[in-house]
Amino acid sequence: MDLSSINPILLIASLMVSATPILLAALGELVVEKSGVLNLGVEGMMITGAICGFAIGVNTGSPVLGFMFAAICGALLSLAFGILTQYLLSNQVATGLGLTLVGLGLSSLIGKPYEGIKSPTLQKMEIPILSDLPIVGRMLFSHDPMVYFSIALVAVVWAVLKYTRAGLILRAVGESHDAAHALGYKVVRIRIMAILFGGACAGLAGAYISLVRVPQWTEGMTAGAGWIALAIVVFASWKPWRILIGAYLFGGVTVLQLNLQAAGAKVPVEVLSMSPYLITILVLVIISARGNHGAPAALGKIFHASR
Amino acid sequence: MSDPLLRLSGLTKAYPGVIANSDVSFDIHKGEVHALLGENGAGKSTLVKMIYGLVKPDSGTMTLNGAPFTPPAPRAARLSGVAMVFQHFSLFEALNVAENIALGMEDAPKQRDLAAKIKDVSHQYGLPLDPYMRVGDLSAGERQRVEIIRCLLQNPKILIMDEPTSVLTPQEVEILFKTLRQLKAEGTAILYISHKLEEIRSLCDTATILRLGKKVATCTPAETSAKELAEMMVGETLHVPERAAGEFGEVLLDVNGLSAPAPSEFGTALKNVCFTVRAGEILGIGGVAGNGQDELLGALSGEVRAPAGAVSLRGKDISRLGPQERRSLGVLAAPEERLGHAAVPDMSLTENAMLSGAIRKGLVSSGFLNWGKAKDFADEVIKAFDVRTPSASNAARSLSGGNLQKFVIGREVLQDPDVLVVNQPTWGVDASAAAAIRQSLMDLAEKGAALVVISQDLDELMEISDHFAALNEGRLSATRPIQGLSVEEIGLMMGGVHDHSGANLEGAA
Repeated sequence: MDLSSINPILLIASLMVSATPILLAALGELVVEKSGVLNLGVEGMMITGAICGFAIGVNTGSPVLGFMFAAICGALLSLAFGILTQYLLSNQVATGLGLTLVGLGLSSLIGKPYEGIKSPTLQKMEIPILSDLPIVGRMLFSHDPMVYFSIALVAVVWAVLKYTRAGLILRAVGESHDAAHALGYKVVRIRIMAILFGGACAGLAGAYISLVRVPQWTEGMTAGAGWIALAIVVFASWKPWRILIGAYLFGGVTVLQLNLQAAGAKVPVEVLSMSPYLITILVLVIISARGNHGAPAALGKIFHASR
Repeated sequence: MSDPLLRLSGLTKAYPGVIANSDVSFDIHKGEVHALLGENGAGKSTLVKMIYGLVKPDSGTMTLNGAPFTPPAPRAARLSGVAMVFQHFSLFEALNVAENIALGMEDAPKQRDLAAKIKDVSHQYGLPLDPYMRVGDLSAGERQRVEIIRCLLQNPKILIMDEPTSVLTPQEVEILFKTLRQLKAEGTAILYISHKLEEIRSLCDTATILRLGKKVATCTPAETSAKELAEMMVGETLHVPERAAGEFGEVLLDVNGLSAPAPSEFGTALKNVCFTVRAGEILGIGGVAGNGQDELLGALSGEVRAPAGAVSLRGKDISRLGPQERRSLGVLAAPEERLGHAAVPDMSLTENAMLSGAIRKGLVSSGFLNWGKAKDFADEVIKAFDVRTPSASNAARSLSGGNLQKFVIGREVLQDPDVLVVNQPTWGVDASAAAAIRQSLMDLAEKGAALVVISQDLDELMEISDHFAALNEGRLSATRPIQGLSVEEIGLMMGGVHDHSGANLEGAA
């Protein structure tokens, strides 16, 4: 095996690209769960975002429009989940699983005519001075705008949850909807907004895969990324910066194992392929092992304002 | 008297099948402490929710300072100067004190300024609080302070308090009353909901009594006896439970050095709990909620295995046995939480009777359930304890709290236990049903059972128990005979100041 064929600069650069969809999806789900709702339909919303974004991208030639449309589609799909669980009080687990199935089916239906086409992709953003730095410039500062957007979104979500009144109310609703209701907060409306945010993030995440990372359409191309995003939220103890760690770790190991496969490592391919999942979960379990898991107390509970 | 601050006239609210309030009218004046009295289901909480904007009245009007007052939401009520201290459901355990308070304010200042303000106001009213403590780590009394401070920061004209003393020690009640009198002197009107008559008599200027949604009377509590108040509430003559002072028999339950770790983050560890209960004796265990009551019940019922040798029945070690094995030996328990612990909410009363009575009532034969017998047993409980339900096939969830409580206690009492452990036997039950439950517990003791009654209602413990002990942070005080025990001494025991010179009677015997 020839390790020298692995270029650390390229490795880190592609790590950031491969982690971005998971980061976006997990961040959206974090906000949803902080409001006390468990939406297991991340995978379905992602794949729907992937095909919707791809279709608009191909037809208009504008990846930016594609991303916007993907976010809208993800949010619309999540709205169906929101109406079912918040107004019609259906079970969140079952509805979320259903949403994934709907998303997978819907996307392959829409996607039939788009197979084998290449999409327009986002241009790399050249940042003056920073992008010209040796090594670091190519590693960190020559990416497309979505990579930076996703990192900025981590900071925004963290700051909003920690320092703003809106964030406090969101956390309060997720801790105890009865108490929040008694204080006069609109529990259902707040949760619907969180669900929409989660849907839009998942849509963006899907579009990032079909428009930037691959970039073409294949059926089922999200390949479980939505499930990994869900797991990362839990193992990151519902903390935004830990989600960043989790997503980059997963992305990193994914890229690394692909490089190892290419370099002809003497490890069975199956073991290499499963390694990102194993290592990510292992590391996050160790991080969150020291108590204080911080799960929102009302997570997954149905709220009805009858009392 | 001057014009009233808040005038309610002809308030009516109906829910499908129930009239919660019917034509209720009364006035509250500035600087007045006004009591709202009534049994469960009398319509107190609906009335208060209308004033606080959580529920809209079907008809009737409210005026505040002479102007029409129709708050569409709690937010509007708060802006008009109406604040409310809830009995349950209004604090967030995982958030800190300052965050909790900010959530209840309209224009919350920055965290740092708010924290300083909380410190100021809390000291001014003699209710010290640390703004950065997590609410989950506070005692019940401190949690209530959080709610009160949250209201006070908004300079309310009217403060509504829903059963504020039910979770406090006598000393904490004293502090609260001092604060309330200070507020009253400053001109704040207080609407005080309680069913503790003596408290109302000492604190309140006027009392409005509700029964079945209607106003029965408005009176001056200081000039009315507690018995009269209670009878107005219930609408019939109350009988006080009684029993002949009997001799105690052999030691049935012996608990020696019982320790158990806290089951959860917000739970309490039991630390070296020791007591004995003899046949025919009722041991009352007091203490503020969250000091190990649930954990003690769990360790006695067998839900949590105790260390070997800690719990014995008639000298035989039962510490390592589970609930079913203990049940077959005659150790029964009725936990506090009715829905979800004592009864399965979505199962019928018959099914619930089967779950608890299967062994002792012989409802199972060679692995098959005998539903006929189970239904007979459920009907027997319903009849003997006057449980009001259409039939035994109704779901436990559909019963009112008081009726389900009667069923849950009755189900255990009718299984003829040797040892019965109950936690909060009359919590949320109205006066006449509570009297019936207490009477049944005393009758059971008279028949030779040993009873452990865990309760936060001191009056109840004073009434029915022979001996008293208090739980504090998972430690049990020495057991003392109830006779001759003053409220001050009980308060000290509950606060964790144990008088070790007062010899442990059981130890001496």
